Amino acid sequence: MDEYTPLFTKHLKGFGIPKIIPFLKKYRIPLFFMASLQVAASVLSILFPKFQEYAINNYVTPGITDGIVGFALIYSAVLLVKVALDAVSMYIGTVMEMKIGRDLKQASFNHLQTLSFSYFHRNSVGYILSRVSSDTNRIGTLVSWEFIGLLWNFTYAAGSLVVMFVTNPGLAALVMIIVPVLVVVISVMQKKLLYTNREIREENAKISGGFNEGITGAKTIKTLATGDKMYSEFSAMTGRMKKVSVRDARIRGTITLTLNLAAYIALAVVVKVGGDMAAEQIMTIGTLSMFMTYALGLMEPVRWVIDSLAELTTIQVNIERFFGLLETEPDVKDTAEVIEKYGTILEPKRENWEEITGDIEFENVTFKYPDGEEYVLRDFSLKIPHGTNVAIVGETGAGKSTIVNLVCRFFEPTEGRVLIDGRDARERSQLWLHSNIGYVLQTPHLFSGTIRDNMKYGKPDATDEEIMEALRTVSADEIVTKSKDGLDTEVGEGGELLSTGEKQLISFARAIICDPKLLILDEATSSIDSFTEQIIQDSIKTVIEGRTSFVIAHRLSTVRGADVILVVKDGKIIEQGRHRSLMKQRGYYFDLYTQQYRDEATANYFEGLKAGS
Amino acid sequence: MKEEKKLSKFKLIHIFMQNSRRYFAISIIASLIATVCSLAIPKLISYSVDSVIGDLPPESPLIAQVFGKLASVFGSDAGGKPGLWILAAAIALLALLMCVFRYMDTVFIRRGSETLSENMRNMLFRHIMRIPMSWFSAHQTGDLIQRSTSDVETLRDFLSTQLTQVIRTVIIIVFSLVFMFNINTTLSLVALIFIPVIIGYSIFFHVKISKSFEEADKNEGILSAICQENLTGVRVVRAFGREKTEIEKYTKQNEKYTGIWIKVGKYMTWFWAAGDVITGLQMISVIVIGTVICVEGRITVGDLISFILYNSMLEWPVRMIGRTIANMSRAGVSVGRIGEILSAGQEKDAPDAVDCPRDGDIEFSHVSFSFDGETRILDDVSLKIPAGSTLGIIGMTGSGKSTLAALLTRLYELDEGCGTITVGGIDIRNIKLDSLRKTIGIVHQEPFLFSKTLGENIGITFDSPAERIMEIKEAAQAACLGETIEGFAKGYDTPVGERGVTLSGGQKQRTAIARVLAQGSPVMVFDDSLSAVDSETDARIRRSLAEKTAGTTVILISHRIQTLMNSDNIAVMSGGKITESGTHEELIKNDGMYRAIYDLQSYSGEEDE
Repeated sequence: MDEYTPLFTKHLKGFGIPKIIPFLKKYRIPLFFMASLQVAASVLSILFPKFQEYAINNYVTPGITDGIVGFALIYSAVLLVKVALDAVSMYIGTVMEMKIGRDLKQASFNHLQTLSFSYFHRNSVGYILSRVSSDTNRIGTLVSWEFIGLLWNFTYAAGSLVVMFVTNPGLAALVMIIVPVLVVVISVMQKKLLYTNREIREENAKISGGFNEGITGAKTIKTLATGDKMYSEFSAMTGRMKKVSVRDARIRGTITLTLNLAAYIALAVVVKVGGDMAAEQIMTIGTLSMFMTYALGLMEPVRWVIDSLAELTTIQVNIERFFGLLETEPDVKDTAEVIEKYGTILEPKRENWEEITGDIEFENVTFKYPDGEEYVLRDFSLKIPHGTNVAIVGETGAGKSTIVNLVCRFFEPTEGRVLIDGRDARERSQLWLHSNIGYVLQTPHLFSGTIRDNMKYGKPDATDEEIMEALRTVSADEIVTKSKDGLDTEVGEGGELLSTGEKQLISFARAIICDPKLLILDEATSSIDSFTEQIIQDSIKTVIEGRTSFVIAHRLSTVRGADVILVVKDGKIIEQGRHRSLMKQRGYYFDLYTQQYRDEATANYFEGLKAGS
Repeated sequence: MKEEKKLSKFKLIHIFMQNSRRYFAISIIASLIATVCSLAIPKLISYSVDSVIGDLPPESPLIAQVFGKLASVFGSDAGGKPGLWILAAAIALLALLMCVFRYMDTVFIRRGSETLSENMRNMLFRHIMRIPMSWFSAHQTGDLIQRSTSDVETLRDFLSTQLTQVIRTVIIIVFSLVFMFNINTTLSLVALIFIPVIIGYSIFFHVKISKSFEEADKNEGILSAICQENLTGVRVVRAFGREKTEIEKYTKQNEKYTGIWIKVGKYMTWFWAAGDVITGLQMISVIVIGTVICVEGRITVGDLISFILYNSMLEWPVRMIGRTIANMSRAGVSVGRIGEILSAGQEKDAPDAVDCPRDGDIEFSHVSFSFDGETRILDDVSLKIPAGSTLGIIGMTGSGKSTLAALLTRLYELDEGCGTITVGGIDIRNIKLDSLRKTIGIVHQEPFLFSKTLGENIGITFDSPAERIMEIKEAAQAACLGETIEGFAKGYDTPVGERGVTLSGGQKQRTAIARVLAQGSPVMVFDDSLSAVDSETDARIRRSLAEKTAGTTVILISHRIQTLMNSDNIAVMSGGKITESGTHEELIKNDGMYRAIYDLQSYSGEEDE
């Protein structure tokens, strides 16, 4: 989950650009076109000072205006051509930027659909999201704008030099002397800028964090009377921010200073040396004026080229992180034979899929998480015939999901096998297994869209009848009937437009609509009113009937009736059995159960009082 | 305390800028000098072309005089003209001056801008530290954070970048025009008529296009949201085998988003192309008409060259200003939003407030309280807690237990005539807030931990936690947290929060307990603060607390009889009233609520065996 990225990573070959090439291949024609137009536009720009020279040498010096209209027309025509070339290549640039960005986004999103859970454990949602959104944008910008800019400016700088050398090599050489000095100074400064930039970003994040803490932690800060301390820490942060920003400004200022000074020194050289030439009639006044324009205009493109090169080193980080995602191999993969028979997620071969019965067996399973050090299961064996109700209990964070993760093949055993209907889970495709599982999350996760969209998530071809039937089974039909939009009711992002209880009921209905043989139920811990609570408890009883079910339980009622209870502590299964025998053991389960019972009885008592008053 | 003084926007900006104004002033002056220097250079060029290389009489008497002097000092060539090298040196010198002042301009504007944001942020943060709880409850956290961060940035950019850029551009335009008109009126008018066209067109375009940008941003948001939903709901997606649907959904939005940006790109292309054409035409007009005028003998060659230089200096400032002006409108909204926070009332001490007595009895006398003025959370509650004794409070959720603690530390204020709370006989309204809160340590039910290390969190009330690590360790031991912390690889230096360990609910509660123990307050309130630990740890903590807190006044709020039963006095709360009170023994003899709860909690699990 570490989002720290070093400023300069080990240098990727060619700044990592070769990695992007496969994504550029299909656009090679427009990209080539764009580049050619840019070079042409740049060459035309170089010609503009030539027009100045021409005007002075042919009209002003001899003192005639014959043919000046034609001159103006040609000048305008060249301008229009240049603008048109620029505009077309700019447009192609935008299209390229967006399309390449789109392709990268799509590729990473598609790849994410195949990655294993260990990847999602290791990387936070925010981290992955910025790979998919911002890194792809940055890379898109690189191949379009950075590329265009580099090309234009490089051509312009090189072209001006050529024109100058052709016109007057001696003077051109003098102007040239300044360029290497400029390159050295700017390169050194650029490097410093990268560091201050990073420092500024970090300070900025800390300041936002400070506000976040000061506002969300207001109550605690008040009761601990640490407001003054918080403030002095905060003002230290803003003070640092100011310091580093001013340092940043000094560096930027120095770059601009060097650049401008260089340009004007070049100009002064032209005035002295070129002026002497003009006085001796070796050079015309028009040429002198043209040289002045080049001397002043040359420095900006040089800066651009250096800036672009510096930019490449930072984009390298984006490229590296992005391809880090794209090149991650899933831990859980279907073998070639399995794919051959059962198909992939995009092209399933449903005709070859067997019916599932729902017998599950853990056979000498030893397991540790890919990023963990400790074995959480050792030589664990358990037969779960179809229709069995397994409850998993333990404290929050004790590792209750492990069994579920293995059953769903989100992870695979380190040693041993998980058998489904007597065959190793690895012998059939993940999609086959997942299509037979109904899953209810602890915090019910609905997708933005309508109730119907969400129900279809469980069964894409479900008819409205089937949807209503499933909703009725868990007593959730009222949510639909009481709303004027019926099944078209929007649930909002993450289902925020519905109450917690409603969300839970809909996620139950969604889990059972395709009549899965396996059901995974992660009970909610969040408090809901006792009436809804009762409906949910009843629904649970209904839906687990006749299915092999795994319930990660927080409530007593589900636990007591379970066929097997697995008791988890510190990631390991420490007790297992039916309710009665576990109570007799007077072990950890007993403690957990009595404590819960007392708390719940008291809560119910208070509820009763409240209802009675 | 409730007085909310409304600050006007101008007054606010005035306050914000109080210590940065001078930097902005310096930067504008520097920019002015730099502009004048840069405008003087073409003059020198025209002088060299016309009078040094050519033989025309110098147009400007001032330049003629200055260089005449220089020529007599440094020597002149034949014909008494100053040497070209003197002019070259003068150009370089002016350029150096210009560059130095540009540099000053860059540095001072940044100093000003950063001083400004430092000032705004500090003011906001300091104010937020003193805003009463009731105000926080009425405002959304996310919105407040947004105001403190992005609104501050918007305002800073407006005041430091946009406003000064406008001033700067006006300076450049005005001075350039002065120099240009000085050369030739007709030619200047030709150049001038294009300026309003470029600026007007640019403003018009940016205002128009802002909608497309909003639409593009909105669609980018939707695209991210789809990906985010896919990631947070990865279990659902996988368990239902819906990867294909997800890919289709993402593809559709990805196409839409790409299409919109390409459309925006098309507009931008037209905009830039049109801008290029207009400025290009202006340049052509100047060159052609200038040539004609020059041939007619109305201006010299040198003048023509310098005029062209002036004209090219104007191009970019004029082209950029339209965008700046178009973006300026958002700042007004931001000032208002920041102002709202700064106008909120603050917690204040009474003028003659005293320190809180450390060993006083605490007394609630006829206390009534309501958040909204309708439902009474507390209804005529009277309680006495002698110094050094332990009070247990039991009751249902919403019975007002936590409100008692909140009122005791003045997180919320009692209204006039709604009873009094005293410590050592002094009304808490007459006690200094800081002193009161340092005297009374509270452990909240849902503890808030800071994104610091565990050690710093426990020692949060110390000025330098690093030096008092022994006390921190002692407090952690007493809260039964020592072993857990030492089990982490980094021990007490383990960071908490996003970048550090994720603590369980129970561990968080124990950290909060250790934090209050380290504070060493003579009064401690535990507001249902052991709800997330198992009964075994609960018992261990209570034992160690009993040792550690001997002699302190303790208020225990809980719904577990076990936690409360050893208290010197226990109050049972229901519907904002105290319905029963007494010791555990007394209360179980009564046939009341306490007894009923006691019976329920005596369940030993035996009937389940």
